[in-house]
Amino acid sequence: MSDTAPSIPLGQRLAARGLDGLTLLVVPAVLFLLALFIYPFFYGLFLSFNPKAGGTFANYQRFFSDSFLYGTIATTLWLALPVTIVTLLMAIPIAFRVRTMRHQRLLTTILVIPITLGTVLVAQGLLNYLGPQGWFNRALLTMGLISTPVKLLHNYWGVMISLVITGFPFTFLLTLSYLSGVDPALEQAGATLGAGPWQRFKHILLPLLLPGLAITFCLSFVQAFSVFPSAVLLGAPAGPTRVISIAAYQAAFEEYDYSMASAVAMIMGVVQLSIVVAVLAARGLLYRGPAGGGKG
Amino acid sequence: MTIQAANFKELRLDRLSRDFGTHNALKDVSLTIRQGEFIALLGPSGCGKSTTLNIIAGLLPATGGGIWLDEKRIDPLRPEERGFGMVFQNYALFPHMSVTKNIGFGLKMRGVAKAEIERRVAEAVALVRLQGQTEKLPGQLSGGQQQRVAIARAIVVEPPLVLMDEPLSNLDAKLRLEMRAEIRRIHNTLGATTIYVTHDQEEALSLADRIVVMRDGQVRQVGIPEDLFSRPDHLDVAEFMGFRNKIAGKAASVAGEHATVVIDGAAIVGRARNTITQGAAAHVAIRPEDLHPVAAGSVGLKAQVISTEFRGREFVGFARMADGTDLSFLARDKLAPGAEITLAAEPDRVLVYGDAA
Repeated sequence: MSDTAPSIPLGQRLAARGLDGLTLLVVPAVLFLLALFIYPFFYGLFLSFNPKAGGTFANYQRFFSDSFLYGTIATTLWLALPVTIVTLLMAIPIAFRVRTMRHQRLLTTILVIPITLGTVLVAQGLLNYLGPQGWFNRALLTMGLISTPVKLLHNYWGVMISLVITGFPFTFLLTLSYLSGVDPALEQAGATLGAGPWQRFKHILLPLLLPGLAITFCLSFVQAFSVFPSAVLLGAPAGPTRVISIAAYQAAFEEYDYSMASAVAMIMGVVQLSIVVAVLAARGLLYRGPAGGGKG
Repeated sequence: MTIQAANFKELRLDRLSRDFGTHNALKDVSLTIRQGEFIALLGPSGCGKSTTLNIIAGLLPATGGGIWLDEKRIDPLRPEERGFGMVFQNYALFPHMSVTKNIGFGLKMRGVAKAEIERRVAEAVALVRLQGQTEKLPGQLSGGQQQRVAIARAIVVEPPLVLMDEPLSNLDAKLRLEMRAEIRRIHNTLGATTIYVTHDQEEALSLADRIVVMRDGQVRQVGIPEDLFSRPDHLDVAEFMGFRNKIAGKAASVAGEHATVVIDGAAIVGRARNTITQGAAAHVAIRPEDLHPVAAGSVGLKAQVISTEFRGREFVGFARMADGTDLSFLARDKLAPGAEITLAAEPDRVLVYGDAA
């Protein structure tokens, strides 16, 4: 008998910590992330501090002193935040209704189609539908509800509508999956205790859904914030819908100032990140345990 | 103790039915429950007992029949308007609320004043013996404690009726016995009326004032535990109540309470439980604990031993008759597999059912 216990081979010890041959399968993903995300990010960050002219921070100084540039932050937020809130407010009641439907899959498929169509096709469709001679205006004119066509294209509303259409399915699917995660027995328990539908929503479902809705908000917001095609096709890219991605595009491909474009991209990232961090911090204050009613 | 059950005289289920598409989950279930009773709905899974409970609670609409609370028809009411307390199988505690908030939820929904809520929640907590746990979330409690919260939450609103859906099925054996006694104690303390769904006959026998045995969506027998235990009306109820040996034979004679059935050449005497026609096919039902080996050559069921299991005081034996019928019995000694034995039971412990009925 020796004094020390027999040592366990290194391979076995690593396996006990979850490291074995299978771990190698993450290598392609790591390489992918490095090549397509981490490297470009740091390259862009570096580039943004090497302006064509001026000191290290010249690009950032230029951005924040030119209202034509810094104004794009407000313009983009003014689109992205309402769009996110509107899609979320639409998704919640629809998800509630769909949850109890029998042909859930069919409806879900129909709702998801706008995702697969992509922004450009939706924009093209809206150009026809919402135009001065489009069905929408013609229908309203025929019914006598308006006397001159409503202007819904090449302004704020065109972009807003298109973002809601393309963003909704994503928000809806996430909301539906969070809602399906709440044990239906909880609502039944609420009902037997005397809570009506609104009280059950307010006291039971909403508190359990909020953490998920916060995540949904962040993801939808990031998508809406990086709006580009619909802002160009359906908006007024020179004016009211000159969003931040247009500013980056113009810096890169009209002024050929990659350094400035990188700076704009960095600022875009910081704005997105600060909103996301704020929402997630607020989420940290909520209950985040399981949404089930007991063990089971 | 000021938590009390609300007053009513009786709850009446009148020919309740429930169809799921073409499948009849419930067929004409009628039942009258008096205030203060502890009723167990007992039956195998799929017998309609949970469906009945959910219809009473208002969580599932009936497709036929009605429910009356005294003279008031309650089946058109939504669950929140009925005001019955319900304990769910998985407890269904609100995971984001403390024990206090969970228990007080029903009172809050009824608009009870804050101070009154506090007082009644404290009483309910004392009743289910959860003092010191009140600020915890359900996830921090053990299964038994969660069960107590679920019960407290259901009774604190002083409901006329407490509905329990297999509340002990998620607990381990020891806790189940403890909570069983606890549930009965709380029922007695409150003078509540309880409808308790279970598939466990032992649970039903020990808890209930009356047991309703269900099968295939229908009520098969309603009775006090003692009657159901020793005098089931039907062969299937007998089987479910523990008369596990069911042996086919031919009715030879009926004399008063007793009937004789000839099985494999042996005349077995038992108590007749329904109409038995002389010469017609019949079954006898015997509990394994009443069937014992007797001396070779005595009148009894001849069988071959398959195996015996040691159960402490005695052995549980399994044997097979010549026609393939399996028997379970109790023996004082270990028996060798393959041994030929004769098994017999006291005539009073044997039930005879005519097949026609």
